[in-house]
Amino acid sequence: MRVLAAMSGGVDSAVAAARAVDAGHDVVGVHLALSRMPGTLRTGSRGCCTVEDSNDAWRACDKLGIPYYVWDFSERFKEDVVQDFIDEYAAGRTPNPCMRCNERIKFAALLEKAIALGFDAVCTGHYAKVVQDGNGNMELHRAADWAKDQSYVLGVLTHEQLRHSMFPLADTPSKAEVRAEAERRGLSVAKKPDSHDICFIPDGDTAGWLAEKIQMSTGDIVDESGAKVGEHPGANAFTVGQRRGLKLGTPAADGKPRFVLEIRPKENKVVVGPQALLAIDEIRGIKLSWAGEPIPQALAGIPAAGLAEPAMSETFDCHAQVRAHGDPVPARARVEMTDDGGGSLRAELLVTLIEPLRGVSPGQTVVLYQGTRVLGQATIDTARSLARPAL
Amino acid sequence: MPVYLDHAATTPLSGPALAALTSELSRSGNPSSLHGSGRRARAVVEQAREILAAVAGAHSSEVIFTSGGTEADNLAVKGLFWARNAADPARNRILVSSVEHAAVQDTVAWLEKHEGAEVVWLPVDADGMLRLDALKAELDGGADSVALVTVMWANNEVGTVQPIAEVTALAAVHGIPVHSDAVQAFGSIPVSFAASGLAAMSVSGHKMGGPVGVGALLLGRAVKLVPVQHGGGQERDVRSGTLATASIAAFAAAAQDVVEHQPAEGARIAGLRDALIAGVRSAVPDAVLRGRDPFDAPEQRLPGNAHFTFPGCEGDSLLFLLDMMGIESSTGSACTAGVPRPSHVLLAMGLTEEAARGAQRFSLGHTSGPADVEKLVAALPEAYARAKHAGMASHVSTIQTASTKHDTSNQ
Repeated sequence: MRVLAAMSGGVDSAVAAARAVDAGHDVVGVHLALSRMPGTLRTGSRGCCTVEDSNDAWRACDKLGIPYYVWDFSERFKEDVVQDFIDEYAAGRTPNPCMRCNERIKFAALLEKAIALGFDAVCTGHYAKVVQDGNGNMELHRAADWAKDQSYVLGVLTHEQLRHSMFPLADTPSKAEVRAEAERRGLSVAKKPDSHDICFIPDGDTAGWLAEKIQMSTGDIVDESGAKVGEHPGANAFTVGQRRGLKLGTPAADGKPRFVLEIRPKENKVVVGPQALLAIDEIRGIKLSWAGEPIPQALAGIPAAGLAEPAMSETFDCHAQVRAHGDPVPARARVEMTDDGGGSLRAELLVTLIEPLRGVSPGQTVVLYQGTRVLGQATIDTARSLARPAL
Repeated sequence: MPVYLDHAATTPLSGPALAALTSELSRSGNPSSLHGSGRRARAVVEQAREILAAVAGAHSSEVIFTSGGTEADNLAVKGLFWARNAADPARNRILVSSVEHAAVQDTVAWLEKHEGAEVVWLPVDADGMLRLDALKAELDGGADSVALVTVMWANNEVGTVQPIAEVTALAAVHGIPVHSDAVQAFGSIPVSFAASGLAAMSVSGHKMGGPVGVGALLLGRAVKLVPVQHGGGQERDVRSGTLATASIAAFAAAAQDVVEHQPAEGARIAGLRDALIAGVRSAVPDAVLRGRDPFDAPEQRLPGNAHFTFPGCEGDSLLFLLDMMGIESSTGSACTAGVPRPSHVLLAMGLTEEAARGAQRFSLGHTSGPADVEKLVAALPEAYARAKHAGMASHVSTIQTASTKHDTSNQ
């Protein structure tokens, strides 16, 4: 196969590319330029797409004896990931920009260009596994190393995207193994620190970065009964589950600490309450996608074939995960068709969490699993605690 | 052997340069030392200086050896600005063409940011030719505040040869020094420092068959410069640093060889270039030649330069596909991270960012032959069709994903 190895300049993508070469594929390394103003040097684990990262990717390709190119996706990245991030926060939601980047950049803009230029697949250093079932349908599974597993951030990939994806690190027992392999192969990135945080916020100060992009205005902090308990400098600077920095004037009746339960951008209100109310029992998700064939019908015992427009699925058992390194919890889910407010139907995913989860915010993604298999995902529209009466 | 169509980036070492380089590399001696070895090395440097001066139409004392074109540009632009501004603080304006190489463009921008310079970017026409009327208007409107004028001799991307004689004539009326980056012009077309009226002119070794890492600033004898780097006071106290004897000897050998053969070689390469342009136009009728059309104004385009924009595709897609077919070209000018950005030259010529993204430069040189042109012309239609299919990276991907599927049919 002709394989395009997306090279971030990190150790994972370098080893992934090396394994693709070993497997006999015709591999070309490509670094994605995602910023118009790349920094020169990395600072520790922060930042991304610096000239240093580009050079590291380049040197890895030299070592592997494969061609290397830099492709500019900075405009797409700015619109599809960075602007989306700002818009989501402005709307009071908490987006996952890495997921968005996988969905719209790596496995859409890049993949499309790669296919047009004659490649069969895009290879990345993600820890996840793509397998094909007996009918040739693609399935996405967790990586062998659950500690490094990244199937969550790939959960948004559709069948068509998975068909052209290659994750050679799938079966690696641990990250240490990947570093050791990089060392053996003489790749200079073997000891390079892992990336953390959001690549386009190099100093890691998300709140400060957002404050420059989003118009903030002071508003009320209210408790779960709607009573005003303080003021905030801008609702968008808060995240669900946050405890620090609330500066509440009125103490809680029980004297216990209070947490952000909800952000209401339209009313510019931040709702706070006791820790117990952070436990979410029910999630409603929109913009759902299936990581393979449209499966809930099959799961529910409905034949999959010919069901392009599922009206509603039966309830099925699964595990739900709401953040990249969060633990999956047992859940029951079903698809419902609801009015989108404009008179047409949209599919919604209703997930009932058997074990409640804390710190779930609209905008986050809920990914559903059965065993190691990723079923699909939805963007969380509402998350509620059944113990909390609606305001 | 790949088809090499990127001579404007660097051109292979010429035979005379290789001979001079290898012969000198095996010897030792610091040209500033006072003993025999030093004197021998000094003699090699001084002979090279005389050769270079002779072929560039300069006096040997006007040759300041540097590490290359970028250093020469920095030294000229910063040095002239500082010297003129120190002599008369009212002189803080730099008049500069809007199609300069980054070595001048970024230097001027740095002076603006850090040294209080006021920069006037002079416009160009649709072919990248400097608008002399704009220069004249700036000079007439306030020559007393101008520190220097800098206009490249020939553009590295689209090959447009600038009206240097007219520029210096206009500036001379007001006694304003003019610098020109002649890195692309020197060796390609007739260049005479003395006849040009320039105060300073940058040249580079590796664009004409010399080694990388050596160049020169030709600097008029009466022109005062403030040095950029300080040290042992070599090169008229303007450019300190031990002289690179072997590289300098090889540079001079290359320059002598190129300039001697320039009339015949220039005509030969221009012939290949014309065949390339005609071939590309017939193979890909959508391709748009940028810069002066050599069939209309042969003197106004570098003989080795052909530059096109290919509508509806990314220059880097085209570069990739041609590279995979063994044809080496460029999207315009190389840059550090390898990130192709829409060219400021094309934007200054009035192209949209989208049109500018489809740029591809094919540059010919002393190793080029008819087979190179034929292979390019044969490969281009398929490469263009594919690159066009790959589309523009700035456009929204047509791959349907979770957040783009707003209808329910696929859910």
